[in-house]
Amino acid sequence: MPKQILRWTALLYLLFLLVLPVGLIAWRTFGDGLAPFLESLSSPEALHAFQITFVVALWAVAVNTVFGVGMAVLLARHRFPGKRLLNAAIDLPLAVSPVVVGLALILVYGRFAPVGGWLESVGLQVIFSTPGMVIATVFVSLPLVVRAVEPVLNELGTEQEQAAHTLGAGPWQAFLRITVPGIRAALAYGVVLCLARALGEYGAIAVVSGRLVGQTQTLTLFVEERFQNFREGDAFAAATALALIAVITLLVTKLLRPRDTGEESR
Amino acid sequence: MAIEVRHVNKSFGGTPVLREVSIDVAPGSLTALLGPSGGGKSTLLRVIAGLEQPDSGTVVINGIDATRLSPQRRNVGFVFQHYAAFKHMTVYDNVAFGLKIRKRPKAEIRSRVDELLHLVHLEQFAARRPAQLSGGQRQRMALARALAVEPQVLLLDEPFGALDAQVRKELRVWLRRLHDEVHVTTVFVTHDQEEAIEVADNIVVLADGVVEQAGAPHDIYDNPANPFVMRFLGPVTEVNGELVRPHDLELFTSPHNDGPQATVTRVVRLGFEVRVEMLLDGKETWAQVTRGTAQRLDLSPGSLVHIRKASTV
Repeated sequence: MPKQILRWTALLYLLFLLVLPVGLIAWRTFGDGLAPFLESLSSPEALHAFQITFVVALWAVAVNTVFGVGMAVLLARHRFPGKRLLNAAIDLPLAVSPVVVGLALILVYGRFAPVGGWLESVGLQVIFSTPGMVIATVFVSLPLVVRAVEPVLNELGTEQEQAAHTLGAGPWQAFLRITVPGIRAALAYGVVLCLARALGEYGAIAVVSGRLVGQTQTLTLFVEERFQNFREGDAFAAATALALIAVITLLVTKLLRPRDTGEESR
Repeated sequence: MAIEVRHVNKSFGGTPVLREVSIDVAPGSLTALLGPSGGGKSTLLRVIAGLEQPDSGTVVINGIDATRLSPQRRNVGFVFQHYAAFKHMTVYDNVAFGLKIRKRPKAEIRSRVDELLHLVHLEQFAARRPAQLSGGQRQRMALARALAVEPQVLLLDEPFGALDAQVRKELRVWLRRLHDEVHVTTVFVTHDQEEAIEVADNIVVLADGVVEQAGAPHDIYDNPANPFVMRFLGPVTEVNGELVRPHDLELFTSPHNDGPQATVTRVVRLGFEVRVEMLLDGKETWAQVTRGTAQRLDLSPGSLVHIRKASTV
């Protein structure tokens, strides 16, 4: 029975790759009940890590939403020289290792680099601080919103927008009342993916943050630091919290996805 | 004039689509832009709406030079071939869109939308989404949406092009009646000469970006400016190198007629009409006669007939 063999192979593969590691983390976390879990996560360092993670993620999502939609509109609605180059550049963050991204950012925004030095002189520290972490996160999650929205814009076409123009709507009114509702589901999907990516980012953040405990330490950095310092309980608790957040965002995407097609058939 | 287009030129990437086009549209008229696909008629309509900018020339709407005005300032109603329905809005909100943009009072919007939905027979569909409507209903909704803002001119781009033959015929009769009720200056694009002749007061024939002829339907049909217009407006056949309408040919079996003699090759009955195919000096030609005439002359393949061109009135 080749079908049976295939099925068991797939299940075993998932078991060793996904179920076992995640399950073990959950088991180790909740092995002694809920109290140690909550205690680990309510230490000042952990709470600060939560806070900095969400601040960085929300800024990154906000920036990527605005520029992602703008870029998608540019790619789907306009022809201009260099369009293919821009198109290729948007996918670059998927190919480049986040560690390289972090190093590159230090080269530009570090204290001893021209741009970073100038920013420092006007009172804005980028590297080893929140702005640098936001930039790094924006970079690694750059394609997610653009690539979610662009195909839907193409499919939507320009006729509805033109109809809105002939009915007296200006470009901005047509965008808000016609285009945005048209891409709503895809935009939400892109935003959630971007949020998940931003919350889980490690490599680029590790380089640009300087891993300053209680200052620039995000949840992923917190997990790593606690694990290295033999504070496994804290590490597992934070890891489980991250996994739970990821599962919740994934569930939200699953809820958002069907509406995309559901609207057509209604 | 409600619309005056003067010397409009437009090219897409070096290919001229409109060449020195000038047309006049009388206030309250129903004008058809008729021509083969790629003849430039949709582009001309979009130039009038402001959805395309002409390379040169002017567009004057109700005495105001609108050439450089954006579409939202022209106050034209535009109906697209594929409806361009706002998919995320109900039928009611689609029709209300232009009025909401103009920030009219709620009560006024409600009464105006209700009135329009009644006009296009969609009252009971107000709460539905466009996806729940048939093609014909969607196009009527699009028409109500365009009329809601009381446009100075109504422009329709192949409005029935995406509909099946039966709905198409119903809707064009309905459009004619609607125009007689509403009286808004209307221009519609079509490649169907029957549709243009049946619906319009005035026809502009466009081909290869050039106005071939403009005038009343019967005038263009009876006095075509050139062989192209003649061929495009209705069936034609050739008798001794001359283009004629097949229904303008009279057939006789009597030998005292001085017309040319042809041999019948095939007799096809199409309901009331009969299509008689013939060979004249080795060339194919055909005449359209009534069933009565065909029976009286007892036509069958091999019969010899004399052809005479009837004097047109």
